[in-house]
Amino acid sequence: MTRLLLSALILALGGAAYGLATDRARQLSGGKLSNLHSRLSYYGFFVALWTVLPALLLVIAWSIAEPMVMHSVVQSQLPADILTKSKAEVAMVDSSIGTIADGFQRLTPTELAAALASKTSLVDLLGSKGVALGTEPEAFQIAAAQQLNRWSDLSRYGITTIALGLAALGFVLSMFRLTGKLRARNAVEKIMLAGLVGASTVAILTTAGIVLSMLLETIHFFQKVPPQDFFLSTVWDPRFSAAGSTGTAGGQFGLLPLLWGTTYISLVALVVAVPIGLLAAIYMSEYASKRVRTVVKPMLELLAGIPTIVYGLFALISFGPFLRDAGAAIGVPVSASSVLTAGFVMGIMLIPFVSSLSDDVINAVPQTLRDGSLGLGATRSETIKQVVLPAALPGVIGAVLLAASRAIGETMIVVLAAGIAANITVNPLQPVTTMTVKIVSQLTGDLEFNSPQTLVAFALGLTLFTITLGLNIYALSVVRRFREHYE
Amino acid sequence: MVAASDASVLNGSGAKTLTGPGAHSGKISARDVNVFYGENQALKSVNVGIPERSVMAFIGPSGCGKSTFLRCINRMNDTIAGCRVTGKITLDNEDIYDSKLDVVQLRARVGMVFQKPNPFPKSIFDNIAYGPRIHGLAQSKTDLEGIVTASLKKAGLWDEVKDRLKEQGTGLSGGQQQRLCIARAIAVGPEVILMDEPCSALDPIATARIEELIDDLRKNFTIVIVTHSMQQAARVSQHTAFFHLGSLVEKGETQQIFMAPTDKRTQDYITGRIG
Amino acid sequence: MTDVTVDTGYTSPSISALDPEAVRRRVAQRRAAEWRFQAYGVAAITFGLLCVALLFTVIVAKGWPAFLQSTLKLEVAFDPAVIDPAGKRVTDDIMAADYQALAAAAIYKQLGIAPDDAVATALADGLLSTGADVDLRKLVLADPSIIGKTQSVYLLANGNVDAVLKGAIDRAVPEASRQIKDQQLAWVDQLVTGGRLSKAFNWGLFTRGASSQPETAGLGVAVIGSFFMMITVLLVAVPLGVAAAIYLEEFAAKNRWTDFVEVNISNLAAVPSIVFGLLGLAILINFVGLPRSASLVGGLVLALMTLPTVIIAARAAITAVPPSIRQAALGIGASKMQSIFHHVLPLAMPGILTGTIIGLAKALGETAPLLMIGMVAFVVDYPRTPLDPATALPVQIYMWSTAQERGFVERTSGATMVLLVFLLAMNLIAVILRRRFERKW
Ligand SMILES: Nc1ncnc2c1ncn2[C@@H]1O[C@H](COP(=O)(O)OP(=O)(O)OP(=O)(O)O)[C@@H](O)[C@H]1O
Ligand SMILES: [Mg+2]
Repeated sequence: MTRLLLSALILALGGAAYGLATDRARQLSGGKLSNLHSRLSYYGFFVALWTVLPALLLVIAWSIAEPMVMHSVVQSQLPADILTKSKAEVAMVDSSIGTIADGFQRLTPTELAAALASKTSLVDLLGSKGVALGTEPEAFQIAAAQQLNRWSDLSRYGITTIALGLAALGFVLSMFRLTGKLRARNAVEKIMLAGLVGASTVAILTTAGIVLSMLLETIHFFQKVPPQDFFLSTVWDPRFSAAGSTGTAGGQFGLLPLLWGTTYISLVALVVAVPIGLLAAIYMSEYASKRVRTVVKPMLELLAGIPTIVYGLFALISFGPFLRDAGAAIGVPVSASSVLTAGFVMGIMLIPFVSSLSDDVINAVPQTLRDGSLGLGATRSETIKQVVLPAALPGVIGAVLLAASRAIGETMIVVLAAGIAANITVNPLQPVTTMTVKIVSQLTGDLEFNSPQTLVAFALGLTLFTITLGLNIYALSVVRRFREHYE
Repeated sequence: MVAASDASVLNGSGAKTLTGPGAHSGKISARDVNVFYGENQALKSVNVGIPERSVMAFIGPSGCGKSTFLRCINRMNDTIAGCRVTGKITLDNEDIYDSKLDVVQLRARVGMVFQKPNPFPKSIFDNIAYGPRIHGLAQSKTDLEGIVTASLKKAGLWDEVKDRLKEQGTGLSGGQQQRLCIARAIAVGPEVILMDEPCSALDPIATARIEELIDDLRKNFTIVIVTHSMQQAARVSQHTAFFHLGSLVEKGETQQIFMAPTDKRTQDYITGRIG
Repeated sequence: MTDVTVDTGYTSPSISALDPEAVRRRVAQRRAAEWRFQAYGVAAITFGLLCVALLFTVIVAKGWPAFLQSTLKLEVAFDPAVIDPAGKRVTDDIMAADYQALAAAAIYKQLGIAPDDAVATALADGLLSTGADVDLRKLVLADPSIIGKTQSVYLLANGNVDAVLKGAIDRAVPEASRQIKDQQLAWVDQLVTGGRLSKAFNWGLFTRGASSQPETAGLGVAVIGSFFMMITVLLVAVPLGVAAAIYLEEFAAKNRWTDFVEVNISNLAAVPSIVFGLLGLAILINFVGLPRSASLVGGLVLALMTLPTVIIAARAAITAVPPSIRQAALGIGASKMQSIFHHVLPLAMPGILTGTIIGLAKALGETAPLLMIGMVAFVVDYPRTPLDPATALPVQIYMWSTAQERGFVERTSGATMVLLVFLLAMNLIAVILRRRFERKW
């Protein structure tokens, strides 16, 4: 909350700076505003920005860095025998120290000193202040908690002082630069432009963040499990990450069954979605009257707006059981979660995706080609099949690849409908599992950040990212070239 | 093998045919044709006869309804939502708007060449073979090859493309593409070929070649051409019809229209005062 | 120019030269093919529409009972001996009292059961929700003066009773394999005819937090969590996205770097959402040290995911503003920045807003990345800040979908209906905005 207060204070200072600066600029103008280079408000903004920005950036940067610094402060206080314990236990000690420190803050210094000297029960004392401790803290915990409090006090006062100082400094310096000739608007606009440039790089930073973070964790993973055991093995059996265990803990992390499951389900989904989506798009753009189009198109697009969890739920409560019962009725064993269930429902999800992409592509084919064909006496369907679709083919391929990438990265439908058994089977009535399912199952529940059982999720994520990125880049470039061809 | 001579092109009226259009019904005849785009009337009571095996030119200022009328003749207007045609148009005395007549067959008999060359994104061979294939005109592969060769030869494109029939039609030059489109139209053996400003996207040399071609084709086909070039109309056509604001103002032998127009509007247009 | 040769030796076959009967047959075939093709198209569209209808029907059919909940109207005696034996009226004592006993006493009295009849009381206990005590405690905490009085209180019935009232339990099933016994059924009927037991609108579905009992489980925490996340997305993704779009449309030079940024944005839009979850886990939680299950983290992850959508929509809206507007502004001496912020941006705003709402709707329904950052959490109390543990609507649906009890099954679909209503409303707003401000230049 204090951090928020500090930020608010800085902003208020900025407001004040704005007022002072406009006054000063008015003075400088000598009553004739046209003596100034820019409008008054730009002088205000100029000073206000210099007052607020550096200070605020510092506060934000420190807010991000502080937890890490505090963490290392605590770590430095822990005795060696604690540090060698498992990560989960260290984390527990960590959080208990946090709680104790929090409790100490609620005591007055004299109360605290008295309590520590008289060795009264801290559990009771802190309990009476509303902080629940499990066990009586050990000496090193008390020491660490006190250290932590000292540092966070220091941090709090330090950051407040420095930030306010910075704001004052920015204010004074920029006020000095305030003259009638100052090109305040240009200066302010330069800062704005820098902001715009910064915003446009966020997308790049995100991609970089994705690649770097996953790459790092994947490297960790490969230090524990050799790459060939990941990429080439056909057995997925990660076991549980036993608390406190390091090393591979005997799990097997074969990618191939997951890759197979992902591919198989995606194929089924595409087999459903591509013909239906394409035919729907063709009918909409080539045959349907305007009235039909305005009614039906939004209704089909409803499918695109439904979250995938809903599709997953549909597969789980309705389509899966339906298939199972239908199978039982004709004597074919169908498991409730199967390739067919997940693939079919995913196909339904992809229909609007395929159809809206194909719609764009088909509309990009020039009318003159259709006229040429119709003028020769071709029927509409002949024109579509033999002229429009071949002309649109690159775009359609692009659309299918984008749909494939969607299918491969889809998570909730497969989590709820595909199953968890890492099978390599060609029987579509059997369950398989996918990369995304395993990422979810390895990362929900308690995490042990050092174990291969957790790290493998990042290796899977990186694999998934690489595959979909390749598909996307290729598909988008195909579609782009197609568009440019007909523009 | 007959080589077309330039002289016959320049001397457009050399074909000593026929009385004036409209005097008898001709290959195609239109009676009281009105066309509406939604509420807008684009053509008003057009009456015209188009004589067989000759070239007729439609001229007139932009937006006067030339293309609209042309598209009525092979019912390409059917593809435009909201377009309505009344009146009667006959091809060999058959009503082409008769519900018993199949528009697919009609268009096989009345081919069309468009303003902008529009080869399909297929090979040159497949571009030509497209029509014969869908209409089932070839019994065998050799048949088809024969049709393709003959069409390309008639369109005067054969020598330029005979070694690259497998290449994309879109890779040809603009003039070659337009001749490819003409060859494509010829390949289904139509009786009438409609051309909507076929040279407007071409340079003068390519234009000259197409004009030669048209003069040649006249021996086998009835041709209707829309053009904005008075010279072109004079060079290639035997008959001319002048449209203005949706009405057919005047029609007759090309020479007569250009030398002695009877209507003031025609005269103004030809001398460049309206348009 | 004289190479135009006409091969008069070969005339192309013409359709009029063919056997008319053969032509007729061929045309009939082609017409049939045309008809078939159109039929495929109609079938495809019908299939799509059927899927929409089926999806909604299934969800609504399974979900609507969740909006009703069986409640018992009981005369509860707030016995001081049970609530506050010490008589000090301190909150801690009141908190710790056995309210289930109060509820049980009330139902024994209602049914006329002797409190020492072990068999009957056990059966009667089964009519009450095990979460009934929570509501009683709330009542007393809100108004301690109630202690010592007797009052009519609506209490949650047990899930099995709820099932009976909703017709989900077949009375024909033999008692041994039925979840509710004959005696209990008789009481249920008796309570219903006496007007003591009935179905009421289930407000608790919207207000309660997590619970292991379906009757006392609700979406309150999830709705608040989702709300915090949407606010975060709005505050992060919209300014960043609009700024990026302005830069790319109005300032960026056409060069390699800009191309790279653009390719990057369109690819980012197609990255699987789960990958964003991994990013959040690795960077926001593991590296920066933000807490798991916090809606702030979820919001940030969703914001990054939504960013490309906002950028793309904003760029489209900005390009749609005709250059003449810019030129007019520049012409009267505005700087480029001024022309953009004073003229272009306001005109592009409806388009940006529409794109933003659609992006928000997508984010609201997103589940997978939230699973990565620990939003799968059992949170009973409302989160007060975005840093408190929370869940999200779709995550709540996911969690309930894995539970077996009938009450959770109907709640899963009920929660889905709530989510869909939110999404429909957002999309409707987007459509209205688009219609209202659609402008043809
Ligand atoms: N598809 C259409 N929908 C609505 N109105 C149309 C359509 N096509 C043409 N028109 C209208 O019909 C009238 C005649 O158009 P048409 O294309 O036949 O003119 P044109 O004589 O061929 O002109 P140009 O020499 O420019 O090609 C014009 O007023 C035009 O606006
Ligand atoms: Mg025209």
